[in-house]
Amino acid sequence: MSADPHHHAADGHHEIEMPHASMRDYVIGFVLSVILTAIPFWLVMERPFSNGATAAIIMIFAAVQIVVHMVFFLHMTPKAEDGWSLTSLVFTVIVVVIMLAGSLWVMHHLNTNMMPQVHDTSQLP
Amino acid sequence: MSATTTTAADEPVQFYDLDEHAHPEGHSTMLGFWIYLMSDCLIFAILFACFGVLGGNYAAGPAPKDLFDLNLIALNTAMLLFSSITYGFAVLQMQQGNVRGTQIWLAVTGLFGLGFLGIELYEFHHLIEIGATPQRSAFLSSFFTLVGTHGLHVTFGVIWLVTLMVQLGKHGLIAANKRRVMCLSMFWHFLDVIWIGVFTIVYLMGVLR
Repeated sequence: MSADPHHHAADGHHEIEMPHASMRDYVIGFVLSVILTAIPFWLVMERPFSNGATAAIIMIFAAVQIVVHMVFFLHMTPKAEDGWSLTSLVFTVIVVVIMLAGSLWVMHHLNTNMMPQVHDTSQLP
Repeated sequence: MSATTTTAADEPVQFYDLDEHAHPEGHSTMLGFWIYLMSDCLIFAILFACFGVLGGNYAAGPAPKDLFDLNLIALNTAMLLFSSITYGFAVLQMQQGNVRGTQIWLAVTGLFGLGFLGIELYEFHHLIEIGATPQRSAFLSSFFTLVGTHGLHVTFGVIWLVTLMVQLGKHGLIAANKRRVMCLSMFWHFLDVIWIGVFTIVYLMGVLR
């Protein structure tokens, strides 16, 4: 990467480095995505498992499919852009996880603890 | 310590990198666009958090079970998936230096994008017609905001696609256009990634709930 930039610009064909895509990558990504999409839809439409188990399975499938898209469609590698793409992705994922988990956690507690309780009026002072 | 000092004494001391590097035009565009996508990711994360918090508040109105037709959503998902691989074909054609082929596959991608938007608008229209409007409940407000924001992104993606096809027709596969094709590629595949979250959390989990 630290090659002489003048030489790099002079050799003509690619001045800017771009991820190299291949047919193989796209086909693998597509086939995996179809499988990872079809199974969750089938699970929810046919319900072979309990609701809780189905929910857990489809969440796992979604997470795996996101990774598949990142690798095969977005050409995400640890080396892309000298690693800065992955760095910014990891940073974003951390922020997103904190925000999502935090929001859901706080609001769940608010909902469970501050819901108007059914009071027994005879117990009131 | 002393060894370092002696080697440093031999060479001129450089505290700053004063060497002017060549910066080819657009060399940082790809990374910059990626960082934009990451910030877009935060927008969607906020909307997902909203939906996660409010998604169960039906206000005695309709629940996801009563509203969503999973067959339609599966068709919609297929549209986006197909458009992803056809965009891949456009990138492959670009790498081979084929302007016509790139434009044709971009057009096919655009048609799948329009198909997706058509189905989504049909769904929204149907929901509003049966009274499941954004005003009906917190669940529906957050649903329309999240799914609508994704749909708006796809709309702008399609507009960008058309613009890019015109630019390709005018200037061919110059460096700037190649860069644009790669940026839109990231944008398009990124929208598909967001859609994975949407169909899993909003539709599938909603129907399970």
